[in-house]
Amino acid sequence: MKKYDNRKYYISAIILFFIFVIVFKLINLQIFDESLKISAENNSQRRITEYPARGLIYDRYGNLLVYNEAAYDLMLIPRKMKEFDTLSLCRDLNIDISDFYARLEKCISFSSFRPSVFYKQITAQQYSTLQEHLFKYPGFFVQNRTLRKYTSSLGAHILGDIGEIDKETLEKNPYYTGGDYIGKSGVEKYYETVLRGKKGVKIFLVDVHNNIQGSYMNGKYDTLAIPGKDLYLTIDSALQAYGERLMKNKVGSIVAIDPNNGEILALVSSPTYDPQLLVGRNRGKNYDSLLNAKSKPLINRAISSTYPPGSIFKIAQALVGLQEGVLKPNTFYPCDVSLVGCHGHPPAQGVARAIQYSCNPYFYMVFRSLVQRKIEKSIFKDSRIGLQLWKEKITGLGFDKAFDIGLPGVNKGQIPGPDYYDRKYGKYRWAFSTIYSLGIGQGEVLVSPLQMANFCAIIANKGYYYNPHIVKQIGTDSVDRKNYMKIFTPFDKKHFDVIIEGMEYAVNEDYGTGRNAIISGMRVCGKTGTVQNPHGKDHSVFIAFAPKDEPKIAIAVYVENAGFGGVWAAPIARLMMEKYLLDSIIDPDIEKIIFETKIDAEQ
Amino acid sequence: MQNSSIFKRLDWISILIYLLLVLIGWVNIYSAVYEESHSSIIDLSQKYGKQLIWIGAALLLALVILIIDSKFYTSFAYVLYAVGILLLFAVLIFGIEINASKSWFQFGTFRMQPVEFTKITVCLALAQTMSSRFFSFNEIKSIIKIGIILFLPILLIFIQNDTGSALVFFAFIFVLYREGMSKELFFTGFVLIVLFLLAMLTNLEILLLVVLIASVVIYIISNTRTLQARIMLYLFLLYSSLSLIFYFYSDIFTEKLLLLIIINITINLLTMLILYFTSRKKIILLYFLILLGVSAFVLSADYIFNNILQPHQQNRITEFLGITDDPLGIGYNVNQSKIAIGSGGLTGKGFLQGTQTKYNFVPEQSTDFIFCTIGEEWGLIGSLTVITLYTFLILRIIFRSEKQRTSFSRIYGYGVASILFFHVAVNIGMTVGLTPVVGIPLPFLSYGGSSLWAFTILLFIFIKLDSDRTENLR
Ligand SMILES: [Zn+2]
Repeated sequence: MKKYDNRKYYISAIILFFIFVIVFKLINLQIFDESLKISAENNSQRRITEYPARGLIYDRYGNLLVYNEAAYDLMLIPRKMKEFDTLSLCRDLNIDISDFYARLEKCISFSSFRPSVFYKQITAQQYSTLQEHLFKYPGFFVQNRTLRKYTSSLGAHILGDIGEIDKETLEKNPYYTGGDYIGKSGVEKYYETVLRGKKGVKIFLVDVHNNIQGSYMNGKYDTLAIPGKDLYLTIDSALQAYGERLMKNKVGSIVAIDPNNGEILALVSSPTYDPQLLVGRNRGKNYDSLLNAKSKPLINRAISSTYPPGSIFKIAQALVGLQEGVLKPNTFYPCDVSLVGCHGHPPAQGVARAIQYSCNPYFYMVFRSLVQRKIEKSIFKDSRIGLQLWKEKITGLGFDKAFDIGLPGVNKGQIPGPDYYDRKYGKYRWAFSTIYSLGIGQGEVLVSPLQMANFCAIIANKGYYYNPHIVKQIGTDSVDRKNYMKIFTPFDKKHFDVIIEGMEYAVNEDYGTGRNAIISGMRVCGKTGTVQNPHGKDHSVFIAFAPKDEPKIAIAVYVENAGFGGVWAAPIARLMMEKYLLDSIIDPDIEKIIFETKIDAEQ
Repeated sequence: MQNSSIFKRLDWISILIYLLLVLIGWVNIYSAVYEESHSSIIDLSQKYGKQLIWIGAALLLALVILIIDSKFYTSFAYVLYAVGILLLFAVLIFGIEINASKSWFQFGTFRMQPVEFTKITVCLALAQTMSSRFFSFNEIKSIIKIGIILFLPILLIFIQNDTGSALVFFAFIFVLYREGMSKELFFTGFVLIVLFLLAMLTNLEILLLVVLIASVVIYIISNTRTLQARIMLYLFLLYSSLSLIFYFYSDIFTEKLLLLIIINITINLLTMLILYFTSRKKIILLYFLILLGVSAFVLSADYIFNNILQPHQQNRITEFLGITDDPLGIGYNVNQSKIAIGSGGLTGKGFLQGTQTKYNFVPEQSTDFIFCTIGEEWGLIGSLTVITLYTFLILRIIFRSEKQRTSFSRIYGYGVASILFFHVAVNIGMTVGLTPVVGIPLPFLSYGGSSLWAFTILLFIFIKLDSDRTENLR
């Protein structure tokens, strides 16, 4: 290798060349470039962060829901504070001296080098006097903020709120500085990075009196703020407002989805609150009272609360039975009330009629044939295998799955499997008789109203759905393609016909349990549910889609402690569908009754 | 006999430089995160407290490496390489994502970046392959071997979206050159790497790259041995360095684009004239056509980028090039960093007195931007001291590598020098605005356990090999 010996000189020369380039640049920066000299004594530079306007929020038709209003915070960097006339500042802010020290203490405990909010949202009048005196208060500066304003009080759970960033988030995310506002819930939180835009920085030269002399280096080191993007929700604000009105004085939720694309048309959670309450200086106080209210209005029940689904789950059982081949469309089981209680109805000849009458013993038998497959001799082993097979299928309907809908706090619910009962009772210590109530949607199965509505959309589409989502468009970009791709469930299309037939009977024929959802001139398919509630009055639930042949809306209504599903949930669903599909209400009397009824939640 | 005198045979000067750099690093990490409310210097909730633990562990690691027999590294070079590659695969599956790159393992509160260690194993494997008696740059088999050794990790790291770390592996081109790669190939590759780095800074340089590729194509087409080809090569060299110089100091000029094009055309015209008076006309025609095409492309592409692409499309392009972790917009970090360093002046503001870094204007100031704190608080004197220490260490490793009796040790030594050089040049270059913000740490100085440990192991394996150079490893 002797012949390459001199290459070490070339390599060293190259390395030295680059080192010298860096050294030249450093000498240039540190010695010759006068513009970068900032003496430590006089703060000749002032950086002003330019906050971009937060993106606005519209509904699916472009109606404005959320916009911005300017506000000002008085900020302080404790380290930069020097002796000044504290009394004068107290006068300007209309606070007393002990309050001043308390606020100062709070800022210092946050950080002595970083800015924190000294006084939140000063009034326009305070701002004008303060602006004149500000040069006398070194370390203090005014930061403009955007506050949210709402065109109406609807959709508080969907829109969410913004608030001052907490210390923990601040430390994790270098983008923010103390006092910044950040989305705390709803789309404000989920789409925070989209809505907020990007901050810019303007650097100014200031004199010893802290007055701005001009732009530093002609703005060469400035960065421009990029405004946030607007959000267009999938929500139909008229339908949403109507749903919230229907659910007033009741506890529960309504979820309406367009089965043709997964767009969520309405997402009502009741009780709700005026989103304006969480804006401005009373935010903290209002937030606490909402947080502590007995009815828990801050919870988005439509996506975060899960309940036993009750009889609507019978449809799911029928589907699994048909798909697994243990049930035929014309299978007959007698209404044997010695197995499980039922209500008087004609004999259920086949699956469709059983759905129409919501016959409990029928679905007890369906679930039994699903769990007891007779693969193993021991009923314990057999049930374990059967339940596992059942769980694999039924979760294909979107249960036990947290949908990424564009909101935080989506609850995945629960479908108990063999592991669950092994933990509860011990392995091979449970069998069908232990878990039979799952068959009629009671017991350990938990489903969110969102999942119920999506399940209904799956039926409407005969076997597929689109990821349910709440945002239609971000700025000028349409949302993620994944939201518009068909997701197929492990069920054959042919099995849905008999299910839909049963749901049609349930609404439109005698002895149907959902007759309160009839809309004249339209075929509505639905299923009621009444969920036994060990803590109080039963919950009322109803899912439906319409029109039968060309479904445009799939809806789930869940009213806590309202008793029979057919009595309260079904008419609410009917009114929602009429509002969306016909844009008018056929029977105003029913509407009036619903508006006026108050159903207290019992816990 | 050898065991008794191993500490005498150690290169204490390198070790001293190492210790100095680690100490400088710790002092500046302390300063970067300092707040008056912090009480103790061994506060383990603070970065400087944690760094003390990393330093202690690093010294222990160094000791262990000095004790392990040198033969271990030659015998297990490939095994270690395989482990390194496996770790890169594993991090793709089990790793977590930080700053958009999925390149970290997390165990409780402790995080580790396997790529730091892969640098060592690749260096060992490269030394093992190239020191083989059968290795030759004329053998296609040999070329394929080193190709695989180098590009497998590069590919995996690119998939992790850690562009900066992937680029480090290109630094091994120095090793290849030293061991006999043709100088034309070295030159071309080297310029490509430099231009790729510059291309990440602004869009204009992407186009420079295109010009370069075109010129290389011409170079390859022409006969290497002819005089005119050599002249072209030298002219091209001149052209590149002039472009680079204008690029570095382009802040001064407003019409950067215009200047580059003028230089481009002048140099190319000169080349053509010389070619015309010396040689074959076909080449000239071809060259002329390519030149025309490239110039048109330069002008139109730049126009398209600035005037036709929407901002979000422009962002996508810059993101593709790896400039992602810039929370306040492209250029913000570098601007703040330049202001911080520039405000340091000749002597600096003094320990703990840096205001630009203190007020959190510079992000990542204890990791990737630690050099800012040095520049601001210790001034030009401090920053030149650090650079001198690095330069001395790198050159010392190169010259001690040359003294090795085995090619394994020599090649490994060159590998260490190359990695250190790349990290130092790109990291410091980034803080002064010469190189793109790619997020690679400053060796021995930046906060963080995995980077400190990896650089310690890397260096001390060489120090160990060097101490055994009187022995024959093969
Ligand atoms: Zn019955």
